Amino acid sequence: MTVKDIVEALNLKIYSDSAGLNKEVTGGYTSDLLSDVMGNAPAGAIWITLQTHVNVMAVATLKDISAVILVKGLEPEANTVAQSNNKEIPILGTNLQAFEVSGMLYNLIYSK
Amino acid sequence: MHFEYRVQGGDFVRAGQASSQVKKILKQLNVSPSIIKRVVVALYEGEVNIVAHAFQGKIYVDIDTDKIRVVLDDVGPGIPDIDLAMKPGFSTSSPIVREMGFGAGMGLPNIKQNTDKMKIASVVGVGTRLEFEVNLKEWWR
Repeated sequence: MTVKDIVEALNLKIYSDSAGLNKEVTGGYTSDLLSDVMGNAPAGAIWITLQTHVNVMAVATLKDISAVILVKGLEPEANTVAQSNNKEIPILGTNLQAFEVSGMLYNLIYSK
Repeated sequence: MHFEYRVQGGDFVRAGQASSQVKKILKQLNVSPSIIKRVVVALYEGEVNIVAHAFQGKIYVDIDTDKIRVVLDDVGPGIPDIDLAMKPGFSTSSPIVREMGFGAGMGLPNIKQNTDKMKIASVVGVGTRLEFEVNLKEWWR
């Protein structure tokens, strides 16, 4: 399943890096603690978070995250968008909260 | 191979740049992805520790065929009780740093977990030196 498939299935907003939409997604990780993501998120995961600052992109890049979903209508900061385009990791958005979008993503990934 | 990186305390925008550089180098050297992952986790945590706690620091990276050795040397407040600092969940980070999702007290334990050797020496009011090593050859190879 690609990032694009997930964008379409969950009706997500695309904030940045549409070039990375063809990336393969192999799992998900939901956390707002950067060290937790650093220590535990699997490569190829979509990361669901409410953090919008630029360090999200540093962690996402280092962990080979496929895309980031910002919850509750939160928008990325300008330098976060710049880094997203630079590192080719899309930032997506939803008005749903983390529990809801995590559940939907789980079903989508693991039902196939 | 020897590399050095400068880290500025408080500069969260550039936090992770050294880790990103080292990741690139290890990839070019064809180090296995699982080992790169461990080095990157440990190095990023060390780098963020300097940004979050110290005034400035330097990172020295030495790579040879068997292992990578990293020294993170900072000028900063130092750590009064290293055993306490190693405890998962213990943190002295500011509320602002915590709001960003750092400062959960997971950094040093993450470093310990992802390295083969780790040593911290600190002088209060002077600075901290964190050293770690990761073996680049998997034991079954």
